[in-house]
Amino acid sequence: MKARVTVYPRREILDPQGKAIRDALNRVGFPRVEEVRAGKSFEISLGASDAEAAGRELRDMCEKLLANTVVEDYSVEILGGEGAQP
Amino acid sequence: MKCGVVVFPGSNCDHDVYHVLKHVLDQEVTFLWHQDDTLKGSELIVLPGGFAYGDYLRAGALAALSPVMGAVKRHADAGGLVLGICNGFQVLLEAGLLPGAMRRNENLRFQCLDVHLRAERTDLPFTRGFQAGQVLRLPIAHAEGNYEDSPEKLDALEANGQVVFRYCEPDGRVTPGSNPNGAARNIAGVCNAGGNVLGLMPHPERCSEPILGNTDGLAIFASAVQAGSQAVGARR
Repeated sequence: MKARVTVYPRREILDPQGKAIRDALNRVGFPRVEEVRAGKSFEISLGASDAEAAGRELRDMCEKLLANTVVEDYSVEILGGEGAQP
Repeated sequence: MKCGVVVFPGSNCDHDVYHVLKHVLDQEVTFLWHQDDTLKGSELIVLPGGFAYGDYLRAGALAALSPVMGAVKRHADAGGLVLGICNGFQVLLEAGLLPGAMRRNENLRFQCLDVHLRAERTDLPFTRGFQAGQVLRLPIAHAEGNYEDSPEKLDALEANGQVVFRYCEPDGRVTPGSNPNGAARNIAGVCNAGGNVLGLMPHPERCSEPILGNTDGLAIFASAVQAGSQAVGARR
């Protein structure tokens, strides 16, 4: 099955990159943009059929490597594929 | 004293550190490859600067999981000396050997300049050669030196005396203007609770010889070598 993991700076932490992107968006004609958080997205193909177990495994991957939980949060989304829950 | 300099793919200050330990301080030095699972009897381990594993994912994140880091962790847990410089500091943070994390510099720029540092601890194996409150001038060269942790963790770090170096003015005052990267509380270097693992963003190996115009960095290596030799002497 396929999954998407999104890692982004924790909300209480200043995100210098997101702020620079917001300022640029404001400058090029999007003055209503109030906040941007710049993160990373991973598309992961997993040889698993149990969505619940896959979710656990993906969160474990985030804790161990994909995110640095001192400064980052993450979310896990099962996209589908063989064995995915409807 | 036997010293080991860890080489990751992408390390680029490894030979500088080797040179200082071998030719300036006359110590026995060996390179340790990232795939080694032993430290070849080294007593002082240095993780040098550079871009280990290309800084893929996050600076230090992949290097922290390399085989040699298991041996480095065991060495640190046993009280052995470990020094992480710049990218080496980032690796120690990602490996959990030091607390906190690095973010992009606040101004998003790669900062390459000399900074002033105040030595907050002069009782550690790495800082015994400094006077209390001594101000050093060392070069930095990094894009991710913006040290961060939760306010509670930072308070604990301060209370435990784990803040070893702070960015400061030439006269030692810690000011926002002397902070080159936005690091929380001007933190430039921290140690673990035991004081045997130190990480710092500035590069002492780039200012350890008179020919380079600055020798302020040498005391860090010299202190560690002296502390290590004393520890070895005490064991004999």
